[in-house]
Amino acid sequence: MDVLLQQVLNGLILGSLYAMVALGYTMVYGILELINFAHGEIVMLGAMVAVTVLAVLAALGVPVPLALLSALAAAVAVCVSTGVLVERVAYRPLRNAPRLAPLITAIGVSIVLQNLAMIVWGRQYLSFPPVLDIQIYEVAGATVTNVQILIVAVAAVTMGGLLVLVRRTRLGRAMRATAQNREVAGLMGVDVNRVIAATFAVGSALAAVAGLLIAAYYGIAHYNMGFILGLKAFSAAVLGGIGNIPGALLGGLLLGVIESLGAGYIGDLTGGFLGSHYQDIFAFFILILVLVFRPSGLLGERVPDRA
Amino acid sequence: MRSKLLIAAMLASATMGVGAVETIKVGVVAPLTGPQAHLGKDIENGARLAVDAINATNPSLGGKPVQFSLQAEDDQADPKTATVVAQKLVDEGAKGVVGHLNSGASIPASRIYSDNGIPQVSPASTAVAYTHQGFKTTFRLMANDSQQGKALGQYAVKLGKRVAVVDDRTAYGQGLIDEVVKAVKAAGGEVVGREYTTDKSTDFTAIMTSIKAKKPDVVVFGGMDPQAAPMVRQMRTLGMKTHFMGGDGMQSAEFLKLAGNSAEGAIGSSPGLPLEKMPGGADFTKRFGEKFGKVQIYAPFSHDAAVVLIQAMLRAGSAEPAQYLPELGKTQVDGVIGPIAFDDKGDLKDGPVTLYQVKDGKWQAVETIGGPPAK
Repeated sequence: MDVLLQQVLNGLILGSLYAMVALGYTMVYGILELINFAHGEIVMLGAMVAVTVLAVLAALGVPVPLALLSALAAAVAVCVSTGVLVERVAYRPLRNAPRLAPLITAIGVSIVLQNLAMIVWGRQYLSFPPVLDIQIYEVAGATVTNVQILIVAVAAVTMGGLLVLVRRTRLGRAMRATAQNREVAGLMGVDVNRVIAATFAVGSALAAVAGLLIAAYYGIAHYNMGFILGLKAFSAAVLGGIGNIPGALLGGLLLGVIESLGAGYIGDLTGGFLGSHYQDIFAFFILILVLVFRPSGLLGERVPDRA
Repeated sequence: MRSKLLIAAMLASATMGVGAVETIKVGVVAPLTGPQAHLGKDIENGARLAVDAINATNPSLGGKPVQFSLQAEDDQADPKTATVVAQKLVDEGAKGVVGHLNSGASIPASRIYSDNGIPQVSPASTAVAYTHQGFKTTFRLMANDSQQGKALGQYAVKLGKRVAVVDDRTAYGQGLIDEVVKAVKAAGGEVVGREYTTDKSTDFTAIMTSIKAKKPDVVVFGGMDPQAAPMVRQMRTLGMKTHFMGGDGMQSAEFLKLAGNSAEGAIGSSPGLPLEKMPGGADFTKRFGEKFGKVQIYAPFSHDAAVVLIQAMLRAGSAEPAQYLPELGKTQVDGVIGPIAFDDKGDLKDGPVTLYQVKDGKWQAVETIGGPPAK
């Protein structure tokens, strides 16, 4: 077995998940300069809704592909409406307030969503119904499963779709214009409120997809799963350059691989002095290094196509 | 004037009504939020069942009728929060405490209870250190990790000589695995790898990949079910067919639910007898089921912890900790979990450890090690 290859693969899969969540942070930051700390909770909502719907449909004997698609559709519907509602209720009234106010509101929204989920689903872990028949493939001495391949494929397709949306469509152009200068975009006839709501909707839809994939991969969903995930994804967005879409992708993948290699080798490298539970040291050490030498992140220049 | 008199009379009768039946507060502490909330709730419900049953018998202390009230507090499985809620219970006049779940919470909290003379009976904390701090107020109803780790280590070596261990760096996980390592070495096995995680992680692919490279026969995990379940799933997706073992933190119904098919063959130890082999097990399952549903792990233990505390009060004829503490040490009770008596440290005498294996999606007892001689 090739340990290094396996660790890199592990990292890439983890990284694809981080990247999908990081996109949500980066899109909102790009357009509003707001760190939407509630985004991790939107991912959690997506996972919880998907698992619940899937469990019901699987019990009713609905065919697996149809059940999966319905679960995804339900998760997207709930996440998008929550995301847009949060923007309307919690962020829009504070759009011209000092920058600290929306940040604190975002933390508040995150706590509210987490507690709502605890009330709705209880404190237990939900388990992902065993509808996916896990196949294990051997590739050059490492193992991958069909679920892992699915994760990478779905992540690649959705992120590709996002880039096309931002760069090639009318809505994308409106997003880029709003990101560059909100007032001027408004004067040019862009409906800024609608564009911002659309940004939240797209980010939340990505979060729903990520939530379903995460629940399928780890087999569990829980009301406070969004917190650490959100923190990691936010770090990934900062690493890649917050506000920059390819940056979120790069940051997510890098963070995943660094974490995986860190956990795999830190014990041997330090002669057992630091164990594998210090994996985050690696990730955050590299984050600090990047921020010292490139304060705006790896790709984080104020490029015109940030959205 | 007349109405004032009336009010005064009503007030007087109201206070007399309260004075007639004194309420004695007993604390129960466990993580009621966070990843282990289901286990914490299990503890709270077990104690509640005991308190309700005792209250229904119209108990009296020194000839005066009393009622016991349970005050549940959430320590979030966090050592700092544990000390905060311990102080809160002391300040609010709790006369005894059932708790905490995690050794990492029980140990710092035990100092506060000890300083205030409040007896503490833990239904779940198994770290050796808990009762070995020299406090007179610490008791527990579970075999400790030294007994449990020994059982796990010996059984692991029976399955294969090459053993890899993982712990979640909590007082419980680390303490258990330290004992497993000792027992494995003593039984002639070899510890080929030791990896670490946290009690909040869900991704273990990296550490499992390192462990896989060391080709162990058995992997032993010290930690709780929210980690154990994804860990065994990820082991299987990495193509590892190694035996997977763990302590009481993963020997739960939740583990079966979360790990799904991957749970098959996993081995978990649990201090105490299997629920169905406990002398009061069948009756307890029924009574608990009517009110709260399925027993996770700890409910019979927290039930007995509350019973032991309250019975010591009743025997001493007083709820004052200084009065009933000596009685608590002398406990001789046939509880739900079996005969209960404490040694001079406050540990359960002859605490048995049972090993279970998942067969056809259910935990089935394979072997009980230690325990009082069968009657």
